[in-house]
Amino acid sequence: MFEVNCGVIIMDESVVQDVLGLYEENIDKLDISAKEKGALKKSLKDKYRDMYYDYGDAIGVIAAQSISEPATQTTLRSYHRAAGIGLNITQGLPRILEIFDARKAPVTPAMKIYLKKEFNTKIKAINIASSIKETNLKHIMVLDSLDLGNMTVEVELDKKLIDKLSIAPDKIVSAVKRKIKNLNGTIDGNKIIFEMNKDKVTVKDLQTLRFKLREVHVKGIKGITHCIVEKTGDDFVLYTLGSNLGKVSKIEGIDISRMVSNNIFEIADTVGIEAARTTIVSEITETLRAQGVDTDVRHLLLVADTMTQSGDIQAIGRYGLSGSKSSVLARANFEETIKHLVEAAVAGISDELNGIVENVMIGKTARVGTGLVEVAMKTQTSAKVDENNKK
Amino acid sequence: MVMIDKIKFKLISPKMIQKMSAILITTSEVYDADAYPVEGGVMDTRMGVIDPGIRCKTCGGRSGECQGHFGHIDLAKPVYNILYLKPIKTMLTYTCGSCGGLLVDKDKIKDDKTLNKLTVPKTCPVCNEPVEKIKFERPMSFKRGNHVITAEESREQFEKISDEDLKHLNFNGGRPEWMILTILPVPSITTRPSITLTSGERSEDDLTHKLVDIVRINQRLLNNLEIGAPEFILDDLWELLQYHIATYFNNEMTGVPPARHRSGRQLKTLSQRLKSKDGRFRNNLTGKRVNFSARTVISPDPMIGVNDVGIPEKIASELTIPIRGTKDNIDELKACILRGPDAKDGANYVIRPDGLKKKIIDMNKEYIMNEFSEGYILEKHISDGDIVLFNRQPSLHKMSLMAHRVKVLPHKTFRLNLTVCTPYNADFDGDEMNLHVPQTAEARAEAEQLMLVEKNIRSPRFGGPIIGGVQDFISGGYLITREGTVISKELAAQLLFKVGVVVDLKKEIYTGKELMSFILPKGLDVEYQANICKKCGTCKKEKCTHDAYVKVADGEMISGVIDQNAISPFKGRILDKIDLEFGHSEAVVFLERITRLATEYLMYRGFTISVSEEDVPQSVKDDINGFVDEHFVKVYALIDEFNKGKIEVQPGLTPEETLEGLILSELFEIVNKSQNLIAKEAKDNDAQIMAKTGARGSIQNLTFMAGIIGPETVQGHRIFRGYKDRTLPHYKRGDLSAEAHGFVRSCYKQGLSPTEFFFEAMKGREGIMDSSLKTRISGYMQRRLVNALQDILVARDHSARDSSGRIVQFVAGEDGIDPSKSDGGKLINV
Repeated sequence: MFEVNCGVIIMDESVVQDVLGLYEENIDKLDISAKEKGALKKSLKDKYRDMYYDYGDAIGVIAAQSISEPATQTTLRSYHRAAGIGLNITQGLPRILEIFDARKAPVTPAMKIYLKKEFNTKIKAINIASSIKETNLKHIMVLDSLDLGNMTVEVELDKKLIDKLSIAPDKIVSAVKRKIKNLNGTIDGNKIIFEMNKDKVTVKDLQTLRFKLREVHVKGIKGITHCIVEKTGDDFVLYTLGSNLGKVSKIEGIDISRMVSNNIFEIADTVGIEAARTTIVSEITETLRAQGVDTDVRHLLLVADTMTQSGDIQAIGRYGLSGSKSSVLARANFEETIKHLVEAAVAGISDELNGIVENVMIGKTARVGTGLVEVAMKTQTSAKVDENNKK
Repeated sequence: MVMIDKIKFKLISPKMIQKMSAILITTSEVYDADAYPVEGGVMDTRMGVIDPGIRCKTCGGRSGECQGHFGHIDLAKPVYNILYLKPIKTMLTYTCGSCGGLLVDKDKIKDDKTLNKLTVPKTCPVCNEPVEKIKFERPMSFKRGNHVITAEESREQFEKISDEDLKHLNFNGGRPEWMILTILPVPSITTRPSITLTSGERSEDDLTHKLVDIVRINQRLLNNLEIGAPEFILDDLWELLQYHIATYFNNEMTGVPPARHRSGRQLKTLSQRLKSKDGRFRNNLTGKRVNFSARTVISPDPMIGVNDVGIPEKIASELTIPIRGTKDNIDELKACILRGPDAKDGANYVIRPDGLKKKIIDMNKEYIMNEFSEGYILEKHISDGDIVLFNRQPSLHKMSLMAHRVKVLPHKTFRLNLTVCTPYNADFDGDEMNLHVPQTAEARAEAEQLMLVEKNIRSPRFGGPIIGGVQDFISGGYLITREGTVISKELAAQLLFKVGVVVDLKKEIYTGKELMSFILPKGLDVEYQANICKKCGTCKKEKCTHDAYVKVADGEMISGVIDQNAISPFKGRILDKIDLEFGHSEAVVFLERITRLATEYLMYRGFTISVSEEDVPQSVKDDINGFVDEHFVKVYALIDEFNKGKIEVQPGLTPEETLEGLILSELFEIVNKSQNLIAKEAKDNDAQIMAKTGARGSIQNLTFMAGIIGPETVQGHRIFRGYKDRTLPHYKRGDLSAEAHGFVRSCYKQGLSPTEFFFEAMKGREGIMDSSLKTRISGYMQRRLVNALQDILVARDHSARDSSGRIVQFVAGEDGIDPSKSDGGKLINV
């Protein structure tokens, strides 16, 4: 992307074009001569160059401060309600912490699912929603009872619900059979009667069977407890509580390219680390924006890049980035001092003292910002030397 | 100067301990009858001196010169160094107990993680002896099968391990047998100084106490070994020695009772000295105390410059800057000396070229002045125009430490311009701030070029101004520029004089906008909607009936008013534009002028609020009561529906939750309607002006004072805690009505009923708990974030790299733009 020219770094033309897209779009509308257009382009380019970061800028610290300083202002226990009143999603400080801690699963995993054009109708959307939402036997039954005379369990189904969700009773029986072995189910109108293939069936057996039956998974995707259809603009959008990218993407009618989840690890596993990085950025941006905090994306990009640099998601903290630093002193300074010192002694590690805290500790100028350069002064003697050299 | 290039961490060998030791400790006696340190005791003066006047017996240095010397204890029997229990276990597990050979395939070991996954074979591949499993027994012993491995045995095993095998096991810090102590280094007395109390009693350091214990038990074990005491006595004593040495290294081990002081306090031993916030690392190595600093209460000064800080004379005559005498400045410096140490702009010390430091006092100032010549260094008081660093804690972002120019003033507080309150997050309810004086020319130049207040106007967080007019500056700006303000020539002259603008006033009468135009820089063009904008559908631009459309053309204010959106931090458009197009110093000039104009005009006009400002007409009160009644009916209808079980349950919620959600939104509707009504009906008084210009307060605050407070919520729900099925005994059990769960019908002016007050207090308490909890959590988050990212810098090629040179981003921030130089993060904002 860069070419180095006489020690001066010049950005590639394409990058300038990217940034100056505005110029390209609007240049024709302006009533100015070609010469002025050229001058305008040049001045924009110069302006761009003026806005570069300086060599040695501690962008890490600035990014960290830019995120955490406003975090002091965000509300602590705040829940945002996606899709009307239906779903509560963790927001505010807890959500930001969750992301930086790189917890394996968020407290409230959620998805936002768009549909393909052909499926973008209310009826089809509701249909798809019902095939996503986890449905267990307990959700679709009215009553389950023990028939002690025949030693069976009777389950009475909610006719309306079954029709609505289009679940055939025989499907239920097969689902149950897959889950619980040695069982026979016979359909009797609205009821399903389950009989155990066992010589001696006790009442206790029936009780345990009853509770097992309630939890049998009949339809939808496990872990997705809610799925709500909302109309936003022209689109019918499905909002879910619970997330399972792999399984949801296999359902027909879903626009995979616009499917979003807030479970970063799941995204890293199914779509890849780049997608996870993007999600980290967008999740933090949205959380901060909901709190009315204005933070430049560049800071978030840097944090997300450091978190995902190694190829998997590393937490911000002792078990993640801070614990895997190369400097012993920097690690010992952060947390678990003794552990790091002992490990270093056994392995015979040297600390090269490149980082900032290490230099603060030993009282040397840290190699950041102006610490990277030194002042050369032009005195009379040095000027003479220069002249002699020229000769 | 000698610079540390790198630090290598290794194990220390017994030989090395012997070599650096000045003395062998042999007795647990500390002081003799004359309170003199016993020779061969842990306070032996050969290990250094702390008392003034006494000379060290090893090096001859006095207290302060002698850094102290190690001693050592020869242990009667080897003991484990408990810090290394983990690596000791690894060594025991992966090497053979009889021959010391490596048990696992050396090619399969990559790092500690892969090593832990390797299975140990049943027999040793080198000597074919059977291998038994090693078990770690809490708190500090190992078992091979059923046999307890003594420290001596493990030492013997470790001695047999070859150097080559150690490398494969990732053990490069020395010999593994060094992890088992045969000789214990005793730190110097300077490391563990004893303090003499006022009563003349000596109080020893925790480490000394622990060392005495170790020596005593060691001596006893030694004696028992000599006399050939029975095995069980030796074992017991050895175990006791192991315990003392273990707690000497770490007194917080799980499963080991901590060693205690006579008073019952836990001893602070080696690990505790290094660990956590008050430990050596975080408290002494990364955090340092400095000279040339001051701290006092801050107070506001609207007339002081944005870049300035007012410093009390007393402080100014304590803080100094070293200045070398040259032929150009010698007269100035001599004048400083002559003014003496107590006067303003004087001097405190003179340093001769040979390094001798002389204190200037009134008695010798003439003499010193005559002696002073080129090459001498003068420690001169800070005086007007010097650069100092100013800081308010908590230092959450880089704008918490900025450079100011000194202005020495009478009285005893630091004075600062109100526009810098926002970056420091300062107010004047007793806040204190710190001041540091950079001592070298490089430091001063750096501070001035990079940290001066004006260089920090644009926050790197969002690329907008973080310094700007607040509170009175905004309401003053509004009052002066609003339609109808007429200013006579005399008043205009007076105001502009205070502002510091010299213009030829030709007209007899000026409008506020004309006055403002004198301040705005020529060539400024900006158009935007002011904060007072009513957000009516289509904008009539400069013909706005509320005068809310600001248009500035070539520095002339054509329409609109100055308010929050013009000069405030975060939002000030005019300030933003001036800073961007005319530069930081111009922005500071503008800020100083507009804030002075605003305050001067406010002082002329007067600005106050009173209780009567919160009066609303009876019709408004009736309307609000109407809203309450209207929505209460709806709430009762909802409760009725719920009781009959007819409520339409929302997906994913229980009927109760649905009801609560609906009731709450009904109740908030009352407040919303009242708020809109008050915004519309309230008189154009000072309270109203503050709210609508964004100077302070909001319409919601006014609604709470004049209209209605509405539902109180705790954790986002109506109040349900209290007694069984009810909040207070005033209500019936199971009452779901609004009043019974924290609806406040009154306003602050009218006063709250006892029940309302109680509910309000509940909500207030939640707010306090929340904010105290939040600072803790977000503080730790900040520490973690900064720690994880602190080494990332912009490299020469514009990439973002960490300290080991690894690239984090190919172009820092993806496009290389520094937000603090950009316009809201963009190249140009159109």
